[in-house]
Amino acid sequence: MDSARAHDLRTVLSGDDIARASRRIAHEIVEKAKGASDLVILGIPTRGVFLAQRIAAAISDIEGVEVPVGSLDITLYRDDLRMRPPRALEETSIPASGIDDRIVVLVDDVLYSGRTIRAALDALNDVGRPAAVRLAVLVDRGHRELPIRPDYVGKNIPTSATEQVLVRLNELDGRDAVEIADGGHA
Amino acid sequence: MRHLLSAGDLDRDAALLILDTAAEMSALSDRSVKKLPTLRGRTVVNLFFEDSTRTRISFELAAKRLSADVINFAAKGSSVSKGESLKDTALTLEAMGADAVVIRHWDSGAPYRLAHADWIGGSVVNAGDGTHEHPTQALLDAFTMRRHLREGKGDLRGVRVGIVGDVLHSRVARSNVLLLQTLGAEVTLVAPPTLLPIGIEHWPCEVSYRIDDVLPKVDAIMMLRVQSERMKDAYFPTAREYSRLYGLVGERMRLLPEHAIVMHPGPMNRGMEISAEVADSAQSVMVEQVANGVSVRMAVLYLLLGGAKELSA
Repeated sequence: MDSARAHDLRTVLSGDDIARASRRIAHEIVEKAKGASDLVILGIPTRGVFLAQRIAAAISDIEGVEVPVGSLDITLYRDDLRMRPPRALEETSIPASGIDDRIVVLVDDVLYSGRTIRAALDALNDVGRPAAVRLAVLVDRGHRELPIRPDYVGKNIPTSATEQVLVRLNELDGRDAVEIADGGHA
Repeated sequence: MRHLLSAGDLDRDAALLILDTAAEMSALSDRSVKKLPTLRGRTVVNLFFEDSTRTRISFELAAKRLSADVINFAAKGSSVSKGESLKDTALTLEAMGADAVVIRHWDSGAPYRLAHADWIGGSVVNAGDGTHEHPTQALLDAFTMRRHLREGKGDLRGVRVGIVGDVLHSRVARSNVLLLQTLGAEVTLVAPPTLLPIGIEHWPCEVSYRIDDVLPKVDAIMMLRVQSERMKDAYFPTAREYSRLYGLVGERMRLLPEHAIVMHPGPMNRGMEISAEVADSAQSVMVEQVANGVSVRMAVLYLLLGGAKELSA
């Protein structure tokens, strides 16, 4: 990243904020599901997978049981495949227990147009039939293009469409932060 | 990538992208719903001038699992048997809106001609041309080797592969040598001198005439089919002699290291290049090769057709 662009970055969530938000989301998930026994947490690659793992670990801390966690790649279900060059696929790993009659919590880093989640719902449909599907996101930046809303939100951050929301996670980027880049350079 | 004509056209990154994509596709085939919406509305034509059941079925299944519409066009009993040229067949398919043509042809180079003659706008996939190439077979072989010998990740650096049999008529051998070289494997071809093509010394591989010398030193051994339909001259005295000198029988198989896998592109001639004991042994991975073929062809079709047309050109 060049320095001119770095200058336009502002941090909206620090590492501590992210940790607190994921813990709170974990509590909310358990509260709503009345326990952790039926839960399956599925992250959407790339960063949603790491957030899913953190939330699952937090739920295990709270409830004292292991929560099945996996990843769900939605590339093959995207509605914009024909507008871009073919993309490499990410890993899909569904826990061995399956998702039938479970409460599936989808986890993504940023909720924007809602199209990723629509694709994820289609993908889930081919994997099994959950009792319920819920959605947890670290950042809801608005600008929905489909009737989709999150059940658990780390932080609502109103943005303009030209801005970029950048989520940095320790597992990939060596630090935890959510930053907003001015659209002028994006 | 717009066409897949030769295994030699793939650089290491492109080959690994196909293998990694195939790995994800193969995970999908364990699901109860084995269908993806990815190529909905796209049309794939299987244009088969030469008989082939397994390759055609494999491509057909791959296209259908990705929700593409599939048209099977066999030369026998079609306009081709009435004397239609490749060009006119191609123009017909283009007029019908084929997004990809999977072609198997008895002439080496036919897929290249189809891809470069400006007759059709879609992608061309070589499903075997004459004695030239069969790139998706090489990809599925590499995929199978990677799964057994490299835990399904990365390239094949240091993997030693023996390819035994009718190299002269084998498009499988040529494609495999090219792809395996790209992926860093070391290939030794084993055949009687009469079944090696002219210019073999320029291929990026070793050549041996004695199978027993090679077996103890390989991680994978690939037995090629003796293609009697292409054997118009006398390449070896008798089938029995070939089988005795080059056939993989149980006793020979025990020369292989314990971890080594036995491969065959199919269809096999049991009792000729491979004995029933070997074909049915635990080291043989032929059934898995068939399953992997579907995954690899799904990956190829997705990477050729899944994205925007203008950009992938």
